Amino acid sequence: MSEKPLISARGLSVGFKIGSGMFSKSILKAVDNVSLDIEKGSFFGLVGESGSGKTTLGRAFLKAVPITGGHAAYNDDEVSYDLGTLTGPALKDYRKRAQLIFQDPYAALSPRMTVRDIIAEPLEVMGLTKSREETDARVREIAAKCRLNLEHLRRFPHAFSGGQRQRISIARALVSRPNFIVADESVAALDVSIQADVLNLLKDIQREMGLTFLFISHDLSVVAHTCDHLAVMYLGRLVETAPTRTLFKAPRHPYTKALFSAIPSLDPDDRRGGQKLTGEIPSPTNQPPGCKFHTRCPNVIDRCRVEEPTLENPGDGHSVSCHRWRELLAVPAG
Amino acid sequence: MTVLIDVQNLTLKFRTDEGLITAVDDVSFTIDKGEVMGLVGESGSGKSVTAKALMHLNAKNAVYAPESKILLHTDAGVVDVLKLRTAKELKVARGGAISMIFQEPMASFAPAITIGSQMVEQLLIHGDMTKARAKEISIEMLDRVGISDPSKRFDQYAFELSGGMRQRAMIAMALSTKPSLLIADEPTTALDVTIQAQVIDLMKDLVAEFHMGILFITHDLGVIAQTADKVSVMYLGKVIETGPVRDVIRHAKHPYTQGLLAALPKLDDLDAPLTPVAGDIPSPLERPPGCVFHTRCPQIIGDVCKAKLPQRVQLDANHSVACHLYSEGGKA
Repeated sequence: MSEKPLISARGLSVGFKIGSGMFSKSILKAVDNVSLDIEKGSFFGLVGESGSGKTTLGRAFLKAVPITGGHAAYNDDEVSYDLGTLTGPALKDYRKRAQLIFQDPYAALSPRMTVRDIIAEPLEVMGLTKSREETDARVREIAAKCRLNLEHLRRFPHAFSGGQRQRISIARALVSRPNFIVADESVAALDVSIQADVLNLLKDIQREMGLTFLFISHDLSVVAHTCDHLAVMYLGRLVETAPTRTLFKAPRHPYTKALFSAIPSLDPDDRRGGQKLTGEIPSPTNQPPGCKFHTRCPNVIDRCRVEEPTLENPGDGHSVSCHRWRELLAVPAG
Repeated sequence: MTVLIDVQNLTLKFRTDEGLITAVDDVSFTIDKGEVMGLVGESGSGKSVTAKALMHLNAKNAVYAPESKILLHTDAGVVDVLKLRTAKELKVARGGAISMIFQEPMASFAPAITIGSQMVEQLLIHGDMTKARAKEISIEMLDRVGISDPSKRFDQYAFELSGGMRQRAMIAMALSTKPSLLIADEPTTALDVTIQAQVIDLMKDLVAEFHMGILFITHDLGVIAQTADKVSVMYLGKVIETGPVRDVIRHAKHPYTQGLLAALPKLDDLDAPLTPVAGDIPSPLERPPGCVFHTRCPQIIGDVCKAKLPQRVQLDANHSVACHLYSEGGKA
């Protein structure tokens, strides 16, 4: 693709000051030196365990947390923004173009507002419509796209099930006609039978409206089915990124391999489960030296304990951050 | 095989301002010693309420139908848990012969009391031993579930432990009284997938070692496939299919079970479309008449499903299903 990516990050870091004492101040690096491109029209998946920094990275792209290092840029057909320095009217304009769908549809909708008002609120706040009629028309248009019953617009959220509520949240995120959507664990709170419905809806809408999605999830089978491109995070670093199929067929990073083998198999006779990781993700305030994964890595060597690997792109679009990935290619996963 | 617990015709309603709400409707099952039974269902299916009934833990507004029986087989004979009244009588079902581990380990430990004192407290309630001995047993158990430096952890608070560590401590605590039945209510749902794999392995080792029965509640069919010997699928308070885990997962008979399996994203076929179960789970206040699943069933065979409750049909010795497709001459 010769076109510029919609979102592009170079050495992006997000740090938080922790501790309030005069001498005990330290920086927690939730996202550390991340470089990645999200192409226009892609469904980009971000996976990792809790504490890996995936939510923080998503929020940095939305400018909901301050970027403390590196660069992030947004480019669509009309505008180009440097997200690090965006302020004032340009930031307001960016809010129209980038939107968030939350995880919990029970907490994200105000119980005191009707569905119509919930969906219309972004239009009114951003001043995107000139009259009530225009607002209503926009609300009805997007509600229909999200397969909501138009007669339900006058009801309150409590009358709806989890799946319906999530469709309302989606409609609210889409009503300002954004280009870029961050969906943070947007199906994690839903039952399996409903989850597939919401995923199909997101895919349909993405295709129909030409949107770009950053889909954050801890559920690998969900991202495998919805995303065309994946990035795996561990302790604030990007450890591997590749097209979904490539990543599932031939993961290069030992962490990615371990994540895949930890997915419980639906086959009751396949209970060996492959290579299991021992231990847990270290605390981000007390990060190990060298490769961040070395404390749990089954393939660790002395070099990993002292020298941090960089994200290496061998030219096939499948980048990995591991000292030993080339020699490990010969070893089958699990 | 020796029966550990025998649940017969369990029906449970909750008295609310809006009337009686049926949470569990005529559910029967048994769990043997050393057997892992999986209970699968979506939110609102009644699986947690069923589990709590085994310990008589449901809220005061729960109304049990008179024919409901929960027969717990102990060394001292058979007791009907639902007939137990006083705290002293209930001890056998609450931490004595039955222990429970919960989904959210942070919410299950008292935050201001050390892990150790909570473990010792319950050992002293359920067993006749000195405090020193109880501490010894607790540290042994913490070590057994793979907690490093157990004597240090013993003196720590729940917030000082990570999520996986807390769930291990929860398991250690539940098992230290040597229960014959362990109820695990979504024990791995709040955990990351790599930690979930560790906890599942640990639970399998412990079943083999202690030879207890487990009631494993989850919404995740993959977890069931990895842990259970047999499985019951619940929908709106009814068990709609039950059988050995291989039969139910490979040859699901009920349209709901088939739908649940089809809705799961599968890793071996990324091109397969995701097929949701159409429609939404009805509100418990609007319980459908006839078969509870008929409002969403893709294989509905007409008025009979809307009007008549399907009876349980035994397909073979262990596999049964409650669906008119099999009782009304459809596919039987």
